[in-house]
Amino acid sequence: MASLDRVKVLVLGDSGVGKSSLVHLLCQNQVLGNPSWTVGCSVDVRVHDYKEGTPEEKTFYIELWDVGGSVGGASSVKSTRAVFFNSVNGIILVHDLTNKKSSQNLYRWSLEAVNRDLVPSGVLVTNGDYDREQFADNQIPLLVIGTKLDQIHEAKRNEVLTRIAFLAEDFNAEEINLDCTNPRYLAAGSSNAVKLSRFFDKVIEKRYFIRDGNQMPGFPDRKRFGGGVLKNLHYD
Amino acid sequence: MSFLIDSSIMVTSQVLFFGFGWLFFMRQLFKDYEVRQYVVQVIFSVTFAFSCTMFELIIFEILGVLNSSSRYFHWKLNLCVILLILVFMVPFYIGYFIVSNIRLLHRQRLLFSCGLWLTFMYFFWKLGDPFPILSPKHGILSIEQLISRVGVIGVTLMALLSGFGAVNCPYTYMSYFLRNVTDTDILALERRLLQTMDMIISKKKRIAMARRNLFQKGEVNNKPSGFWGMIKSVTTSAPGSENLTLIQQEVDALEELSRQLFLETVDLYATKERIEYSKTFKGKYFNFLGYFFSIYCVWKIFMATINIVFDRVGKTDPVTRGIEITVNYLGIQFDVKFWSQHISFILVGIIIVTSIRGLLITLTKFFYAISSSKSSNVIVLLLAQIMGMYFVSSVLLIRMSMPLEYRTIITEVLGELQFNFYHRWFDVIFLVSALSSILFLYLAHKQAPEKHMTP
Repeated sequence: MASLDRVKVLVLGDSGVGKSSLVHLLCQNQVLGNPSWTVGCSVDVRVHDYKEGTPEEKTFYIELWDVGGSVGGASSVKSTRAVFFNSVNGIILVHDLTNKKSSQNLYRWSLEAVNRDLVPSGVLVTNGDYDREQFADNQIPLLVIGTKLDQIHEAKRNEVLTRIAFLAEDFNAEEINLDCTNPRYLAAGSSNAVKLSRFFDKVIEKRYFIRDGNQMPGFPDRKRFGGGVLKNLHYD
Repeated sequence: MSFLIDSSIMVTSQVLFFGFGWLFFMRQLFKDYEVRQYVVQVIFSVTFAFSCTMFELIIFEILGVLNSSSRYFHWKLNLCVILLILVFMVPFYIGYFIVSNIRLLHRQRLLFSCGLWLTFMYFFWKLGDPFPILSPKHGILSIEQLISRVGVIGVTLMALLSGFGAVNCPYTYMSYFLRNVTDTDILALERRLLQTMDMIISKKKRIAMARRNLFQKGEVNNKPSGFWGMIKSVTTSAPGSENLTLIQQEVDALEELSRQLFLETVDLYATKERIEYSKTFKGKYFNFLGYFFSIYCVWKIFMATINIVFDRVGKTDPVTRGIEITVNYLGIQFDVKFWSQHISFILVGIIIVTSIRGLLITLTKFFYAISSSKSSNVIVLLLAQIMGMYFVSSVLLIRMSMPLEYRTIITEVLGELQFNFYHRWFDVIFLVSALSSILFLYLAHKQAPEKHMTP
């Protein structure tokens, strides 16, 4: 029952890149005052208007699962983390613009999340290296966000942004670069906000509207879909 | 002429050690982080290089390689450099990086780091007072003063690590202590974790919706202003805002619960892996070793107690004693001088290698456990400091394991330190550390199974 009407987006990245600040900014529209170490997983909820401004506008809850830890951690931590990667609808990859290693580790993060959710259609042998073909099959929408933009010198900015553009291309994803301590980067109407909105719309579309080419949600377990937001309030 | 050859050999070996320390830093310690301050890497490698050179000199002493006067010269030089690094450079940089992390003090970084360093020096000096380590005829800034204090800190560290290691080693190796964990336990715990996350999500959805409604009604920032507003807020409160704080508190409690469940699940997975490992061949071998080590640990604790109680310090080293025993009791005659040299070389070599390897492994584990991207510089420097002090005091203590004729160089270079004191101090701290580790592990072991009793 708990998996109905759920839009789950993972927020992955190395420790210290600013995932908790980012999630707080996205959900509460406020800057996080005292960021502290995330143990395990912290969840927050964002109210998102799907197809805002059109007659088909509907409100959805997007769950942002901020999974902490380092990508090279102990295998017991990895096994425990894997429990959060079930039935994921979208992934936000966060990296630190001032730290090249965190960008490189994104490949490993995405492999860890995608492999967990793999359709059991055969044995996947991977040595942990990035392989673009594995992502060609990937149905889960990705978004790459770079943080700590304010800490990069004007002179090095172009170089960094070019490198990030390549990274986003590898993932076939959009990229947003911002500073989590400054809400103006995500101000309504800015290009970042538009990209974010588009990403969430894509996630919702993939989840609810596109089913093997079927455009209409005509399945019995979608009965509650018309109830939309109000039903979710009686969720306890 | 021979002095030049000897010096070039020493310098080459130092460069090799430096390279090894550099590689270790890059590949092991900092493999998940980005090195932004190369100063840290250089300092770490330099400390490692000079520490290893000291051990190399001991080996050369035993084997009789190189000219004895050039050996003496290099000893002195090495010691001076290491002390310089350990007492001046590393603490200063630790203070500098700590201050750099604090945003407020960013401007006067240098000033504050100098202040920190001076405080460190003061406590470092005060450290020497309660210990009977020196004879009063030495000057203020002599090598003996510095070495004695570094030695005290280093010996304490060594004894703490030895004590904990001696107890922890059989505990981890032996499968007798492994708690029984089944797959159903793990699944049950995972299910609880996911249920808790679901509860958190549903509550947060309520909060988010309520906040959005308030915002749309334009009441988000309605803090009661003025005297009349305050009175009003006491009698009538915005509908649902009290509920929000209540729900928020429930969410906080649930989040704390989810963190605990996560950590418990990690623990269960780790135990399950250890159980599987213990069934393999390697695991069984380690299990057997564990029994052996537990006997060794008990014996060491016993010996430490005896040493303290009977105020006894070994006069002869194990090599000479072993040879005496074989010669006197077993009647085997052989060339004492020749064999004592080689055996002590092997023994000292083994001690050195295992202690370096053990220290590096412990440092790596420690580093992974507590470092984050902000504090990694400070932690690496702290580890370099610990490593340097550890190696210096190893040299002090290793003197006990060497026959008399090889001890002279150490005694000559380090001056008239009260070596016996260091051994006594080692025994005391070792005993304290081992006993408190036993207590600590016992408590941890007792507490854990009760947590997994599913109601």
